[in-house]
Amino acid sequence: MFPLRIVSVAFPLSARCRIRAQLPAPQFCKVFACLAMILCLAGCRARDRATLVILNGSEPETIDPQVCTGQPDGRVASALFEGLTRFNAQSGQAEPGIAHSWEISNDGKIYTFHLRTNAGWSTGDRIRAEDVVYSWRRAINPATGVDYVGQFFYVKNGEFLHTNRSAPDYTLLGVRALDPLTVEVELENPTPFFVDLCAFHTLAVVPRQTIEPLGNEADQWIRSKVLPCSGAYQLDDWRLNDRIRLRRNPHYWDAANVRAETIDVLPTESPTATLNLYFSGQADFIVDNRSIPTELNDILRTRPDFHSFTFLAVYFMRLNVTRPPFNDARVRRAIAMVIQKRRLVERITRMGEPVATALVPPGCGGYEPPEGLPFNPEEAKRLLAAAGFPGGRGFPVIQYMFNAGGGGGSRLHEQIGVEMQRMLREHLGIQLQMQPVEWKSYLNEQSHTNYDLCRSSWIGDYNDPNTFLDLFLSTSLNNRTGWSNPEYDRLIKQGNATLDQHKRFALLQQAETILVRDELPIIPIYYYRGLFAFDTNRLGGIYGNLTDHHPFGAIYRKDSADTLRR
Amino acid sequence: MPLIFRRLAAIPPLVVLIASLAFFLVRVAPGGPFDRERKSASPEIERQLMQRYHLDEPLWQQYGRFLAGVFRGDLGPSLKYRNHSVTDIIAQGLPVSLTLGLLAFGFALGIGIPTGFCTAVWRGQWADWGISLLVLLAICVPGFVIGPVLVLVFGLKLGWFPVGLWGSPLHAVLPMVTLGLYFAGRIARLMREGMMQTLQSEFIQTARAKGLSELRVLLKHAFRPAVLPVLSYSGPMLADLLTGSFVVENIFQVPGIGVFLVNSSINRDYPMTIGLVMLYAILLLGLNMVVDFSYGLLDPRTKSSQ
Repeated sequence: MFPLRIVSVAFPLSARCRIRAQLPAPQFCKVFACLAMILCLAGCRARDRATLVILNGSEPETIDPQVCTGQPDGRVASALFEGLTRFNAQSGQAEPGIAHSWEISNDGKIYTFHLRTNAGWSTGDRIRAEDVVYSWRRAINPATGVDYVGQFFYVKNGEFLHTNRSAPDYTLLGVRALDPLTVEVELENPTPFFVDLCAFHTLAVVPRQTIEPLGNEADQWIRSKVLPCSGAYQLDDWRLNDRIRLRRNPHYWDAANVRAETIDVLPTESPTATLNLYFSGQADFIVDNRSIPTELNDILRTRPDFHSFTFLAVYFMRLNVTRPPFNDARVRRAIAMVIQKRRLVERITRMGEPVATALVPPGCGGYEPPEGLPFNPEEAKRLLAAAGFPGGRGFPVIQYMFNAGGGGGSRLHEQIGVEMQRMLREHLGIQLQMQPVEWKSYLNEQSHTNYDLCRSSWIGDYNDPNTFLDLFLSTSLNNRTGWSNPEYDRLIKQGNATLDQHKRFALLQQAETILVRDELPIIPIYYYRGLFAFDTNRLGGIYGNLTDHHPFGAIYRKDSADTLRR
Repeated sequence: MPLIFRRLAAIPPLVVLIASLAFFLVRVAPGGPFDRERKSASPEIERQLMQRYHLDEPLWQQYGRFLAGVFRGDLGPSLKYRNHSVTDIIAQGLPVSLTLGLLAFGFALGIGIPTGFCTAVWRGQWADWGISLLVLLAICVPGFVIGPVLVLVFGLKLGWFPVGLWGSPLHAVLPMVTLGLYFAGRIARLMREGMMQTLQSEFIQTARAKGLSELRVLLKHAFRPAVLPVLSYSGPMLADLLTGSFVVENIFQVPGIGVFLVNSSINRDYPMTIGLVMLYAILLLGLNMVVDFSYGLLDPRTKSSQ
């Protein structure tokens, strides 16, 4: 590769040797023009427009459905690979996927899934129960590197097999093929959200026939020339930082309802480029709400083609409870009680976000979170004095760590920090210093609990409060506050083992109360509102929903393909 | 000729040296490629990943592995985009960046040289003032301002050109202008200076005294010496254009490699950063060499001293 380029760059030199006697400039231009044309042909490959062009946010790191973690990655992976269930485009809830139905045993621990007879790989082969078993065993193997492997810990022996280093027998995993069309899953505990979990891409079915010959660890299988896909689409082409071209999978069980023949999924790192492509008609749908600059929220949300919706995500502050002054719960409560959250959402985020006093967004899986601490500066002052800092005297200077340039390329986190700086000084006499750090340092410092106060957010993976509450279990690697509370752990564990949803929610509420009223290792700030853009006269099949799932297979054009511009 | 080979022979060791420096420097930055906002459910995953990509070995062993890879022409997998190898990514993006860079180079020369030539000939007239003002603007206004303005006018309002992406010659127009405009301005100024100086030389007076037409004097006698400063500038300029298109690639969503160079270091994608640093080192060393030699071809006086 490199030597070839050197030759091409050096080409004018040799050409020039022969033409020395003449004027150099016109000759040089000719040589240059030829070179530019050759490269232009090589560099610009003709590009036809896909039926649908979707702006998907950042470039997927991987589209292996089991390995990927990012939202943009997951959207593509879910279009390519489906599991026993899938997400409904309208409600965002699980509905039958490769399995057309299932039965749940009385104790809620055994699920029997019945596979469709017409569920096929894009290569035409049938998808069988064995494929499901293989896929799940692959995910549980630590060598595969599945970050979301925790979703398999609900399955019998999942956690044991994953953490057991001495040649584990993966056949012990609680998933069995009873016959080619029946999968039986045994769970550790009754897990009311298990069917929702099955719709998540980590539990999707992946092609054994492609992966096994390449070795389980191979990252390259996804780019095989012939890639069997189990979802609504198959992969035509993936040019990094350019586009992912998806083509309808004719053997998909619901192929009749997949109406867009091809989809181009474009990665867009820059919000400006995203809006330019959308407004010029080069793209049809901005699905990634982080691609829209927050500065323009006021203007954009009034347009008829920009739609805002509530989804399961929360913006909060983490407090480092391992060192003073935040090792004292009274201090943490005091801080929480002087942050005017309404002011933050009205002045900075400006999307009409609901303010959060609890961690779990209201309505998540039918759960209502407890009321957290209200804005109450008087009580805050009293608490701070009780903790030994009357009027903020003797209180150390606090660092507010945030990822600089984060929040859709805007200065959102910094602006929130500036407001908090004022609130803490005004009400408690506490000095807050800004500590902007670069993204990887931010993650690194957080993992090592080396900060005072830092911003954070969490997006729910499935529509159940557990997707938020399990963050702060003492064993969770996503805890990152140094906080642990045996009573909290016990309530969550007990809750998740309870079959009766009503009783279960009551236990989870008790646990969340400890988190957001008594202990406060975190300060919830607001619940996100999503914003996406598409013209309702031209596209259909897109709905705002709590889980922020917008399956590509459901999206269709209302106008005919002939009228497409460019 | 032997000099060419000597200079060529010096490139590989230099590149290896630069790559080695890059190898150790990228590891100084805090955090690692597998630090994510969402931690995996068990520490076992990260351990396995570190093992798979040999990041758990002592640094000197990794360095040996890396050098062996370089000699085989294998730069390893990207740690961020794990389904792609670094060589794959470069092979995909480099033609695009080279095309864009060369087009902008052609644009800068094609606009800059005639502009500089004309303003020198018309010096002191209103046209000179007017054009010089525009040239100054081209130099002063940065690409991240010009780009969006061009998009707004020619892409969104007039609809003449696509506002982003890559794929047809039309797609290349706005990025090319954005990238090349600054350099066109620099070249116009260099060309103007060169022409002004040359036009005052005695051999121009002699040519005029011999009764040659003004056009012939300007084109045949004055142009060639006047273009020399432009030539010596065009080497570093081409290198700048080929490597410095991060902003433009970002604005126009051009799938080149400029974006990767910046992002790979943010992502701690070690193999990717090192691979791209090596690539840019080769480009820069190669271009500098080409410029040195072509200078000798245009001006025989410098040849004897080489």
